[in-house]
Amino acid sequence: MSYLVNGKAFSEVPRPGQCLRTFLRDIGWFGVKKGCDAGDCGACTVWLDDEPVHSCLIPAFRAEGRRVTTIEGLASNGELHPMQRAFMNAAGFQCGFCTAGMIMTAASLNEEDRKDLPRVMKGNLCRCTGYHAIEDAIHGVKSIGEDLPGKACGADLLAPAAEGVVTGTARYTLDTKVEGLLHLKLLRSPHAHARILAIRKDAALAVPGVRAVYTWEDVPRRLYTSATHDDYHADPNDMYMLDNVARFVGQRVAAVVAESEGAAEEGCRRLEVDYQVLPAVFDPEEAMKDGAPVIQDKSAESRIRRPGQNILLEIHGDVGDVEKGFAEADVIHEGTYTTHRVQHAHLETHCSITWLDEKHRLHVRTSSQTPHITKQKLCYLFDLYPDSVRVFCERVGGGFGGKQEVLTEDICAFATLKTGRPVKLEFTREEQFIASTTRHPMRVNMKVGARRDGTLTAFQMRVVSNTGAYGNHGGETLYAACGEAVAVYRCPNKKVDGYTVYTNMVPSGAIRGYGMTQTIFAVECAMDELARNLKIDPFELRRINMVKPGDQMIAESAAATDTEFGSYGLDQCLDLVQQAMVRGNGVKRPEGADWLEGKGIAISMHGAVPPTEHRSEARLGLGDDGYYHLAIGTAEFGNGTTTVHRQIVASVLGSTASRVRVIQSDTDSTGYDTGAFASAGTVVAGNAVRLASDALRERILDFASKTYGVTRDSCRLEHDAVTYSNTRVPLADFFAAARKQGRQLEVVRKAYGTPRSVTFQVQGFRIAVNRITGEIAILQSVHGADGGVIINPMQCRAQVEGAIAQAIGWTLFEKMVFDDGGRMINPTFRNYRIPAFADAPRRTEVYFADTNDAFGPLGAKSMSEAPIYPIAPALANALTDATGIRFFDSSLTPDRIFQRIFESSQPSKA
Amino acid sequence: MDLNTIGEIARPKRLDKAIDWRDGDAWLAGGTWLFSEQQPHLRRLIDLEGLEWQSLVVNDRGLEIGATCRIAQLAALDAPADWTAAPVIGQCCRSFLSSWKIWKTASVGGNVCMSLPAGPMISLTTALEGKCTILQRDGTERQVAVEKFVTGNNKNVLKPGELLRRIELPASALRKRTSFRRMSLTHLGRSAALLVGTLSPQDGVFMLTVSAATDRPHRLEFPGVPAADELAAKLKQEIPQFFDDVHGTPAYRKHITFHFAEEIRRELSGNKP
Repeated sequence: MSYLVNGKAFSEVPRPGQCLRTFLRDIGWFGVKKGCDAGDCGACTVWLDDEPVHSCLIPAFRAEGRRVTTIEGLASNGELHPMQRAFMNAAGFQCGFCTAGMIMTAASLNEEDRKDLPRVMKGNLCRCTGYHAIEDAIHGVKSIGEDLPGKACGADLLAPAAEGVVTGTARYTLDTKVEGLLHLKLLRSPHAHARILAIRKDAALAVPGVRAVYTWEDVPRRLYTSATHDDYHADPNDMYMLDNVARFVGQRVAAVVAESEGAAEEGCRRLEVDYQVLPAVFDPEEAMKDGAPVIQDKSAESRIRRPGQNILLEIHGDVGDVEKGFAEADVIHEGTYTTHRVQHAHLETHCSITWLDEKHRLHVRTSSQTPHITKQKLCYLFDLYPDSVRVFCERVGGGFGGKQEVLTEDICAFATLKTGRPVKLEFTREEQFIASTTRHPMRVNMKVGARRDGTLTAFQMRVVSNTGAYGNHGGETLYAACGEAVAVYRCPNKKVDGYTVYTNMVPSGAIRGYGMTQTIFAVECAMDELARNLKIDPFELRRINMVKPGDQMIAESAAATDTEFGSYGLDQCLDLVQQAMVRGNGVKRPEGADWLEGKGIAISMHGAVPPTEHRSEARLGLGDDGYYHLAIGTAEFGNGTTTVHRQIVASVLGSTASRVRVIQSDTDSTGYDTGAFASAGTVVAGNAVRLASDALRERILDFASKTYGVTRDSCRLEHDAVTYSNTRVPLADFFAAARKQGRQLEVVRKAYGTPRSVTFQVQGFRIAVNRITGEIAILQSVHGADGGVIINPMQCRAQVEGAIAQAIGWTLFEKMVFDDGGRMINPTFRNYRIPAFADAPRRTEVYFADTNDAFGPLGAKSMSEAPIYPIAPALANALTDATGIRFFDSSLTPDRIFQRIFESSQPSKA
Repeated sequence: MDLNTIGEIARPKRLDKAIDWRDGDAWLAGGTWLFSEQQPHLRRLIDLEGLEWQSLVVNDRGLEIGATCRIAQLAALDAPADWTAAPVIGQCCRSFLSSWKIWKTASVGGNVCMSLPAGPMISLTTALEGKCTILQRDGTERQVAVEKFVTGNNKNVLKPGELLRRIELPASALRKRTSFRRMSLTHLGRSAALLVGTLSPQDGVFMLTVSAATDRPHRLEFPGVPAADELAAKLKQEIPQFFDDVHGTPAYRKHITFHFAEEIRRELSGNKP
């Protein structure tokens, strides 16, 4: 037998049931990725005899004697394939996990195919980009700008990982061969609520290759939370690594460790578990009632406010007097808005590899947004000294908040500590759906009142959030939900009540939008209703009521905060979007009398830094190669912070971004960082980078002045040299001179996420909806963003486009559906459809406000998370404009649109 | 994905007694469904590729599709000019949720044997009056119409060890006028409803195939193009229940089915839809 891959012959033999994808990885071709392992996402696309195929669906034995080409084999004679070059030129990726498959597909297309990209690219899913940059790449559009000395800020520079991504050589978490690796698989609960009476391991342990089985009796009986925040008090300690109570379908019951994945799977199937099934509750309103099953019967140390009522946290606050406010109102809108359960769907599933080195130090290679906090958590769980644990990330294949959570590292590390062997845990796509985290479904009762002139007189909101079986981010997301969505409007009388409630559902967690997409949906729909009732233009209604510089930002309390207007661009965003929508784009609705047309807008405000403690440390130095070396703890998962950090350094030091090398997300070689979430990468870590850059510049000039005996003023730092009085010292020589004197040209600076500024978004849609089929066609999509000074406009625009596509997916297509027993019925990409090429509006007009922030680095503000907020309500408002019917639920699939139109056409029985 | 319980692949050149069907066996055609889900009950795959069944035979009787014919081969069929129904072949091939890359691997027979409501090869072969030939355990064959072959969601008449050998579409059906309608909740996604109408130029018989909206395909037959209320009444009578899954609610599927049925009726009666 012989397999020919990228021109090389391999004599390895695949297992009988092995698919080509894992066989190729086994023999070292790590460019072949797994997004779904079921043929839906295309990340594993390779060529078989020059024809693209999804290698996860191809029995490996069928490749025998045929030519296999992976992304690593696409370049020839050291020259990139034109499509690889094109993906670089257009920056056609963010996290890059889908890119190999994307390029292998795109590179196989002929001229005719390229005319119908929605069809030919539909088998390749990208969760990050929204497909605009991918379309540009395939059509040969060049978006990247030049990297000129001192001109880095504001330049469209390419991510430093680009070449590695397009050649398949960028290493992600599992792209490594580890000798002696054990595989861990988890047996998961089939019941939504059950006590585990007994687990018999014998049959599992008898499976050849099974090395160990762990149950709740084997792991430390120590409460913790999967959420990762610097201050762990922010989240409830309500879970055990393995527990004797299962609280949702999919919860870990036991771990099997074996020499192969197959043996570990078989071990899981052979475990015999006796369950005592307990009553379960899935609806949070039901869960709060007397007599409901108590899900988390914990003591005060878990920090659950009312465990007996299943209430993790409640918030009650008011300013002014809402009753008085409603009495003054000419128009009142009341409505109950609901948001459904959706997921991140990053293409790289959760995964870790853990091992011990010869000094018995624990190494954790993981797909995480928070390596430093994950390390702390592992130290806590296993009573380890901080210096005996290292957590690091290679490139991370997407996160969207899902990786601000410890879901694999704990049990994987436990198995390594027990066995002394390297252990790998890789989630399947199904586990991703049933056993990671989701957005919090929320029910929001809105009541708003306004005077005839549009001025708000009263604003009342009651939020019930479903955190599922565990509390993790349930508390913090409720604070977020009750924050900026309320504070963006001025109103003397406000009242907010919020509850986060346990149910026997899969846990909710951190996800782009963090509690706010849900309430912003409710608030912005309610504001639209006021505008419609008052016959005031929706832009105008916002202008009348939105917060402005000089106002205090007040949600449910008028207490002083650290949030300030470091800059303000909401007014500009509204103007930009309104102008673009008035201008139009010439796209007409589909022909036929059944197509109705409507416009809708929504706005949002977002704290530029998360409210809980946030800090980062940057270490920056000049290296012997004459390059700047930056070490920063934050992780890169497609958010583009690495690109931005290089641009900040280059900008301050008058150099080019290409002269800045970055080490990141490794607790051994970078200083403490609270994590890459809430868009903190640009603002907090970016501020640390800026402070370090300023300090290094001073240090270099000081040193030059002393060494060369000239005044400071006569020394200049140029992009690749230090100059003084007609002498030019290349940076490498300058480094050598310093070294000779025993001096290190390195600085460390820390930054803190306070005071906090705010960013703004405005989204406008013009849509057509078919009143018969319920289909929606997006005719125009306009987004106004206030991100302060935009350090990399191309990249920032791409973040906005990606957020819009993700929100469109959540609103128009995606929905996690569960049966009566709390079991998810669609845990695959074919049944939980994230937007494919054809589904995303690839031509959103993105406009940036011209602002300069007082707190962010170089005047920048955060801009990765926030564009997601106004999308769903803007769509819903456009739908209302088209049909005259209000849609109160955030899931707007054609069948639900039809249902609502149908219901509304029935004569009222009243 | 890896099917870790598979210990053996049989790769027969002919289907003779050497292949004794046993528990834990599965036929492997394209494998695009088998390898897309865990199959812990399976121990052996019997690869049909080595049998080298002819993919497509065009003759006077019509079109004979070998069960292992790839979707891509069918889509590329160069049909005789008088097969006025040929466009439906392409329309149905393009109705897969899966990518064209998978059509190179997936087989027509596999799609029919999966017997999922949204199987577009089921829609195609039902609408064009296809007949399945089933290879029985004793080596003999039996025939059954496609709409009788599929009996429900993921259910069909195959007994363990039986194999779909081929599907024949009669030339008379391929010479009909057709009208095609499909709806999916996402763009180019899985069908919520797929309807095909045919009209015979010879005897004026009108047939309407309803698929994807129901758990199995339904073909309604009328001696001529019916009146609107006649068609609606028959739909109501023949299809008491519509399918329920994440790709469309029953109420929606019913609504779309009636809407498309009427559009097709009008189109084939010569009126503008």
